[in-house]
Amino acid sequence: MIPASFDYHAPKTLDEAIALLGRLGDTAKILAGGQSLIPAMRFRLASPEVLIDIGRIRDLAYVEERGDHLAIGAMTREYALEASAAVAASYPLLLDTARVIADPVVRNKATVGGNLAHADPANDHPATMLAYGAQIIARGASGTRTIAIDDLFTGLFETSLKPGEILTEIRIPKPGKHTGGAYLKIERKVGDYAVAAVAVQLELAGTAIKQIRIGLTNVSSIPMRARAAEAALTGKPPSDAALEAAGVAAAGACDPSADLRGQIDYKRDLVRVLIKRAVTRAIHRAQGGRP
Amino acid sequence: MSQHEITITINGETQTHKVEARTLLVHFIREQLGLTGTHIGCDTTSCGACTVSLDGEVVKSCTVFAVQADGGVLETVEGLAAGGVLHPLQEGFWEKHGLQCGFCTPGMLMSARSLLARNPRPSETEIRHGISGNLCRCTGYNKIVEAIQYAADKMAGAGKGA
Repeated sequence: MIPASFDYHAPKTLDEAIALLGRLGDTAKILAGGQSLIPAMRFRLASPEVLIDIGRIRDLAYVEERGDHLAIGAMTREYALEASAAVAASYPLLLDTARVIADPVVRNKATVGGNLAHADPANDHPATMLAYGAQIIARGASGTRTIAIDDLFTGLFETSLKPGEILTEIRIPKPGKHTGGAYLKIERKVGDYAVAAVAVQLELAGTAIKQIRIGLTNVSSIPMRARAAEAALTGKPPSDAALEAAGVAAAGACDPSADLRGQIDYKRDLVRVLIKRAVTRAIHRAQGGRP
Repeated sequence: MSQHEITITINGETQTHKVEARTLLVHFIREQLGLTGTHIGCDTTSCGACTVSLDGEVVKSCTVFAVQADGGVLETVEGLAAGGVLHPLQEGFWEKHGLQCGFCTPGMLMSARSLLARNPRPSETEIRHGISGNLCRCTGYNKIVEAIQYAADKMAGAGKGA
């Protein structure tokens, strides 16, 4: 299957890319790793007139701790997360996620920025970044701005990025003491989208959960937080009853579609079970346990 | 629609070709270069039959535009047997019956080579994780895993990198 014809530009700098995007407007689409966009183009689900390939802008790929956060350049390949010592040391939720995105060959090309900017609720990073409370850095002709992850996703494949803006960096707050996270994904086979997946990041105070954020994958048309489940656990010891209440709350709050991966009730029940397992694993890690 | 002149090092030889922007790397490899060892299986970024190495990392060549590879270093299965001597992986697939129909084999070999470059002594679990982007519908994978273990042993013995 061959994509429709398009014009191709490969700017060397971000300024050049932003200028091109400003000039070409809606006719242009940003090409990052291409692992979602190129399949969509082959199926003619997307037929952009122009592609602006940001893959030749060298200073957009990095994973490094800077003060109170982990900075991830938008063009960072997923494999770089798996290989990062900083991620392995302090970001178990992110490492869990990176290891189950698509498959190892795709992860060599797929990018973190692309995974988020594509705003596919079936993608894995949205839930994880929602759980981390990440910040998104976007640059346009009028400058740079910061978008809270809670404000990024506005619809199916839609974000609050403005026309002419490019997502350039993701910032994850550095987890402090007594914190832990986990990403649990049920997939039919390696490389498939999640039937359902749950991302959890929490902080303990003694035996109680002091703070918790939970993101859900592929059970709503917009990547979502399980706020009712968060509320059911915040300030409480994670008793079996509290975990069950959180799972039931998330199962009720999500809005999955029936498809070849399963019926609605099945997916809701997966969410219920995955919430309990992911919170339990996150607590284990917060208490110093591995993996 | 834009036409582009691209210069790529292909299995050690630098070549310049004209491509349409929309030409997928796998079509460029098979149709313009005539290197048909790289296969097209699923056309949906799933099966890995089209796996090639680009700038030292394996990619699914059905999901890269040829123009993106401009200035890059491309290695296909045809480049594995240096001077007509089988690569240890090719030898392993031969010795351990790592293929039946052979359709997935070029991609398997390229992924396995990348795996051994990153991790010269992988465990069985690491091998299975490392080739999980490549589908085989014949072998049930056990013989492929054994073939990769054979190559890892041989390469470690020879003190030779991937």
